[in-house]
Amino acid sequence: MRQTLITNNVLDPNELLTVVYGPAVGGVTSFLGVVREQNQGRRVLHLVYEAYTPLAERALTRIVDEARAQWPELMIGIHHRIGQLAIGEASVAIAAASPHRTDAFAACRYAIERIKQIVPIWKHEFFEGGDVWIEGATADPEDATAKDTAMRIACR
Amino acid sequence: MQVNVRLFARLRELVGDSALPREVADGATVDSVWRSLAADYPSIAPYAASISCAVNADYAKRSTPVSDGDEVAFLPPVSGG
Repeated sequence: MRQTLITNNVLDPNELLTVVYGPAVGGVTSFLGVVREQNQGRRVLHLVYEAYTPLAERALTRIVDEARAQWPELMIGIHHRIGQLAIGEASVAIAAASPHRTDAFAACRYAIERIKQIVPIWKHEFFEGGDVWIEGATADPEDATAKDTAMRIACR
Repeated sequence: MQVNVRLFARLRELVGDSALPREVADGATVDSVWRSLAADYPSIAPYAASISCAVNADYAKRSTPVSDGDEVAFLPPVSGG
């Protein structure tokens, strides 16, 4: 099982946990991003995720490296699904493990904030009555302000 | 020389292609590739201030020079997670 992955397959959070377990681990946190049936007043039918896969995998690796620079004892895995997802299916799975819970919680939150900032993946939302591309952040991994924002959210 | 332009999400839809070979002049940069593309496909021009760029699947600045055979990607604002 790989530490970082962009995949068309259903995510398996339990399998991802095995990536981060180890004898030094005292706390494990995990996060699943899930397709929601309502978005901004629209009734969502399904989402189609598109990625620039080679760059998205590099961006995930970058996030792992950033997190391990901040929390040297951290083990973290991040898998992101692409393709068509139904309501209730997981689009992203993160597992973070550390000797102590504080770092595991913070790292998990940091990872999802950074994913939304710098990973080249796009949501195409199909809702009752139409479809729309969701556009969030202009990705710039060198933007220190964005990185600081993610770290501040993670550690508050 | 020729570069292979890659487009994603709404940019891909506006241009109607996910990959298109483009002839560019010697000394071309990511920015000049974008400007020539936006001249041919004016519907993407409003993205000028919000795109990110990549060369050979690594994030790149607008000023980055491009070489023959490079893959030059233009990315609308991202929305993963």
